[in-house]
Amino acid sequence: MAVDRDSNGYTVLFATIMVIVVGGLLAFISDSLKPIQKANTTNEKMQNILQAIGLDEMRDLQRNDAGPIFNDYIKRRITINYKGEILSDKSAKDEINPLDKLDAFNIDLRKEYTRYIKPIMNQNKGDEVGLKKALEGSESIHFPIFVCENEGKSYYVLSASGKGLWDDIWGYIGFSSDCKTISGSVFDHKQETAGLGSKINETWFEDQFIGKTISENEAFSPIVVLKPGREKNIHQIDGISGATFTGVGVDEMLRRNFLVYYRFFKNNPEFIK
Amino acid sequence: MSEEKKSEALFSKKNKALITGPLNIDNPVTIQVLGICSALAVTVQMDNAIIMSLAVTAVLVIGNVIVSLMRNLIPGKIRIIVQLVVVAALVIIVDQVLKAYVYDVSKKLSVFVGLIITNCIIMGRLEAFALGNRSWASALDGLGNGIGYGVVLIVVAFFKELFGSGSLTIPGIGKWEVFGNATDLTGLYAMDYMNNGLMLLPPSSLIIVAIYIWVQKWRTPELIEE
Repeated sequence: MAVDRDSNGYTVLFATIMVIVVGGLLAFISDSLKPIQKANTTNEKMQNILQAIGLDEMRDLQRNDAGPIFNDYIKRRITINYKGEILSDKSAKDEINPLDKLDAFNIDLRKEYTRYIKPIMNQNKGDEVGLKKALEGSESIHFPIFVCENEGKSYYVLSASGKGLWDDIWGYIGFSSDCKTISGSVFDHKQETAGLGSKINETWFEDQFIGKTISENEAFSPIVVLKPGREKNIHQIDGISGATFTGVGVDEMLRRNFLVYYRFFKNNPEFIK
Repeated sequence: MSEEKKSEALFSKKNKALITGPLNIDNPVTIQVLGICSALAVTVQMDNAIIMSLAVTAVLVIGNVIVSLMRNLIPGKIRIIVQLVVVAALVIIVDQVLKAYVYDVSKKLSVFVGLIITNCIIMGRLEAFALGNRSWASALDGLGNGIGYGVVLIVVAFFKELFGSGSLTIPGIGKWEVFGNATDLTGLYAMDYMNNGLMLLPPSSLIIVAIYIWVQKWRTPELIEE
């Protein structure tokens, strides 16, 4: 090549061409693959919600099979705020519009926790009253309720999100029609310790919740995560040995989220069957 | 950095050495001491280690070839930057493809795929070999170093998963619970055997890599520094 490789002009020219080529290539690939990637995350969410109902036929549900049958089970998607006011109520006939932020399906549990709930909790550490007030006052915190109708029975799939030891943890928990007994659960995490906290997404941990209740003598009784090996009552489950902080995170998020739902169902007894 | 003037047979002795060298006497992880970070992080389960090795090998081979083809065009002043752009672009493409076509794997590897960019082996080989050699040799060098890296990772992951979780997970085949099921207390667990929790954490990787180097140098005496 006759061109002087070390000249400034050549260097700038090379850099410019490289940036344009690489930028264009990456943008093209990202755009082309986006629909497939979105379908993966959407299907995974549907799979989680369906499996949280706790039906036997859902146990081996594959991600790609969840999409087509979602609306056969989930008949209603409701969004409520912290105070229990219904902000959105869609039926299975209404298509899920990705741009509709209030549609229960589009609620991003992790984003809501990180963006809105975590800062409020940090600001009101130790101040229960202040925390309640701040949470109630927030317009941006939404709670989804997925109503499932199957073989004449109703189920309600609720959500919870919080922080484990390292990063976000979240889950979908199914309740039977009495609105207080858990029928199934699906948990997941971003970065809990592999082999320890990460076990919250294993079947044995999730199955523990089946049959547990959040009500005692007409009052809210939260689910408690105990150190494994102890006697458990109808509100308690085993934590994971060696993963105390993850267990604390699960305990906290279930308590905080279930309280909201408990109050909602108490004020809207038409859901209780 | 040697310029190859003659054209050689595709798999001449010299070229074959490019693949076999990094497997033992010039292993990128244990002898060149590069890429230790991912050897610590993605070895908790064998399937993670296998997929990670494949991803790193792919980036190494393609990156080596691209830089080698461009080696006479790259301006001296921005040499490192250009190498970095090539590696970063390749890793992003790998990440996007994993997210689209093997979603479950990409969830398991999550941030570690992006961290391939920081894997010293890749920049190391680009700088030490691809810049001064032809594309076929560079491709073989990338392949050899990728496989050498993969071998160490898979050995470390084998022991970590076996003693840390009592299982071996192979992508595509599934999870083989070698010692029985820990929660159902079958197999060895019925006799009160317990998994070694330390094996799930990074320090165990360092210990196993050290033992690997020890065994390697014992079997290959010329590696021992006097």
